[in-house]
Amino acid sequence: MKQIHSSFQDAVKNIQDGSTLMVGGFGLVGIPENLLLALVETGVKDLTIISNNCGVDDWGLGLLLKNKQIKKMVGSYVGENKEFERQVLAGEIEIELIPQGTLAERIRAGGAGIPAFYTPAGVGTSIAESKEIKEFDGKEYLLETALTADYSLIRAIKGDKMGNLVYNKTARNFNPMIAAAGKITIAEVEELVEIGQIESDQIHTPGVYVQNIIVGHQEKRIERKTIKQI
Amino acid sequence: MSDKHLIRETIARRAEQEIESGFYVNLGIGMPTLVANYLQKDKQVVLQSENGLLGIGPFPTEDELDPDLINAGKETVTAIQGAAFFDSAESFGMIRGGHIDIAILGGMEVSKNGDLANWMIPGKMIKGMGGAMDLIHGAKRIIVIMEHLSKNGKHKIVNKCALPLTGKGVVDRIITERAVLDVTDNGLKLVEILDGSTISEIQAATEPNLIIEETLLNQ
Repeated sequence: MKQIHSSFQDAVKNIQDGSTLMVGGFGLVGIPENLLLALVETGVKDLTIISNNCGVDDWGLGLLLKNKQIKKMVGSYVGENKEFERQVLAGEIEIELIPQGTLAERIRAGGAGIPAFYTPAGVGTSIAESKEIKEFDGKEYLLETALTADYSLIRAIKGDKMGNLVYNKTARNFNPMIAAAGKITIAEVEELVEIGQIESDQIHTPGVYVQNIIVGHQEKRIERKTIKQI
Repeated sequence: MSDKHLIRETIARRAEQEIESGFYVNLGIGMPTLVANYLQKDKQVVLQSENGLLGIGPFPTEDELDPDLINAGKETVTAIQGAAFFDSAESFGMIRGGHIDIAILGGMEVSKNGDLANWMIPGKMIKGMGGAMDLIHGAKRIIVIMEHLSKNGKHKIVNKCALPLTGKGVVDRIITERAVLDVTDNGLKLVEILDGSTISEIQAATEPNLIIEETLLNQ
């Protein structure tokens, strides 16, 4: 049914310089680790990346950043990354910061055929500059437009050969919306099962949104290990 | 009160009193997260994390540690029995749609009409607003907790915010280590003094002219 890759290099080889990529994950949780490593190897550049965060200095999207493959970063929080700071201050990278809920909804809208929507987030702030403002029931809202991508790179804990996906705990985050908003969606799954082995009622992302699948072993680095003080 | 830890504890304990049993609550990153440590055992409260968890539990033991289970501050957590996981669009739908009873957030500046600045200092590295701009328009009640004065003794409760805004007219109540202040249609109202200061001492540490709660005048 779907193209199932056996090599990560193969899975990302069609991604061209200047492409717009959406990448799933919140912090380092739910990121397509191996697809990102493969992108670093290809050296593809001038990428526009749409993702909530930009990794850390030595993992996730931070690796693409360090390798100067990102031209523009669109996200909501990019605080954990010294190299990012350096590139912004040196004018080497463009940055567009978006309220997190607006980012999630713009991606959702992109995959759901909604060109734009109104939201209260950002009214009265610098985010509202040059955006249409409209009043509904006495309250002001901003017009925000949908986001789509040439490629979406996501991660799920389990996928079947029809492309149906299941996520694990808070590793779901942006992945389902990003799956739908990419022209070509590549899903890195921890486990690939036969058709019918995921119960239909338990599927989080229906296979129609997924074009390519690959199985990857996840390192799952922890950004802030916090343990109960006993 | 000079001890940083004591200041944070005072603020967190007072902020806890804003949370009623049955509430769905979102706690911001940093000091607001501490509020969870002081939740009264007899209150039934469900904590929401905007990265897609309704029902945050305590930090895990080494055995319980799960890299796929974090809060919005990217700290490893657990999930309570009956917790739900969902995607980011649903999470912010829940927030924007008015289903969260209270959000407790940190602040850099709050103005007399409830404007909040807490995401950016010009000239310093921009980290991003995360979910703060969505939260302040969605949760039914917005509490800002912060120290009363800045490190160099400047006003943080001001007539007009100098820093870039997170939102306009969004704050309901400010809690500091010294006082509790409400944003009202008539201006900022001093409703509680927490550190034994006089009204005029609190006024001196607060830029806007304060309306004083009657019960305080009678003391």
